[in-house]
Amino acid sequence: MAAKKFMFVNRKAPYGTVYALESLEVVLISAAFEQDVSLAFIDDGVYQITKGQNTDGIGQKNFSNTYKALGDYEINKLYVEKESLEERGLTQDDLMDLVWEDEDDDWAEKPSIILVDRSEMADVMAEQEVTLSF
Amino acid sequence: MSSLELNGESIELDEEGYLIDLASWTPEIGEALAKGEDVELTDEHWDIINFLREYYEEYQIAPAVRVLTKAVGKRLGKDKGNSKYLYSLFPYGPGKQACKYAGLPKPTGCV
Amino acid sequence: MAMLHIVNKSPFEKVSFRSCLNHVKPGDSVLMIEDAAVGALDGTSFSDKLKTAMGDVSVYVLGGDLVARGLSEDRMIDGIKTVDYAGFVDLTVKNETTQSWL
Repeated sequence: MAAKKFMFVNRKAPYGTVYALESLEVVLISAAFEQDVSLAFIDDGVYQITKGQNTDGIGQKNFSNTYKALGDYEINKLYVEKESLEERGLTQDDLMDLVWEDEDDDWAEKPSIILVDRSEMADVMAEQEVTLSF
Repeated sequence: MSSLELNGESIELDEEGYLIDLASWTPEIGEALAKGEDVELTDEHWDIINFLREYYEEYQIAPAVRVLTKAVGKRLGKDKGNSKYLYSLFPYGPGKQACKYAGLPKPTGCV
Repeated sequence: MAMLHIVNKSPFEKVSFRSCLNHVKPGDSVLMIEDAAVGALDGTSFSDKLKTAMGDVSVYVLGGDLVARGLSEDRMIDGIKTVDYAGFVDLTVKNETTQSWL
């Protein structure tokens, strides 16, 4: 079976609803099937990958560090929409430094986050064969 | 639900033999869980178990076998970073079996 | 009769926060919890709307929900007060009635 282009579209803030965590779990499971997986963070989905998350005050598991493991799963195309950040008073500096290690390049660390504008995001979405929304 | 008896204490396990309370894990419990499956843990086993615990500590997940294999290869050398070596240590599947002894949940997406 | 309005939805996702602000009375209080905490940040597409409302009402945010989402108090709109769960309870006691904007 040829690998298909899978995209997971994340549009919700973490913790208030279960969508973000559910998406992350499905993403990790999908990696076992060796598909061409990419993630999109638009609208409130950008809050999922902010740095410095601390859930001590709300009694929930902080799963933000799990996004740092995505590189190990060869999931290294994390598209983040510029306009979504701007509308929320955020910049890329507010996001975690998510990287992957390129085995073919002496394990060099390369960035996983790809900042795109809204029309570029639409183009990336249009290229997908399977899209799952959370 | 089952349990493990150790030093007069009863430790709760789920129906597949995984530790319920991850925080209660000790190396002794790891040994006992292995013994329950007739496995004597060697230094080579512990390298993998310790690696899994560190990985979980950092990322809050147990890595999939493919990820484990690659990471072990990078950390402990190419001769160990292959499924043949890992299966020789953990014949029931390196993900499932090693995670069990390490007191971690079954890996997400574990095959 | 002062009312405590509790909002728990992101203002960028649902209209409930905006609707709340359109219905508050002078002297009321607004408390942001859960996903609504993201509305506390300054420099957003929502912050002007909240600042305008703050002329008449007191605005609070549950601190734990803010930091859970990686946001810090120093990025908030001036004048928003942070409360913990005990402060949440105090607000419900201080106001005669509460209304949740789900």
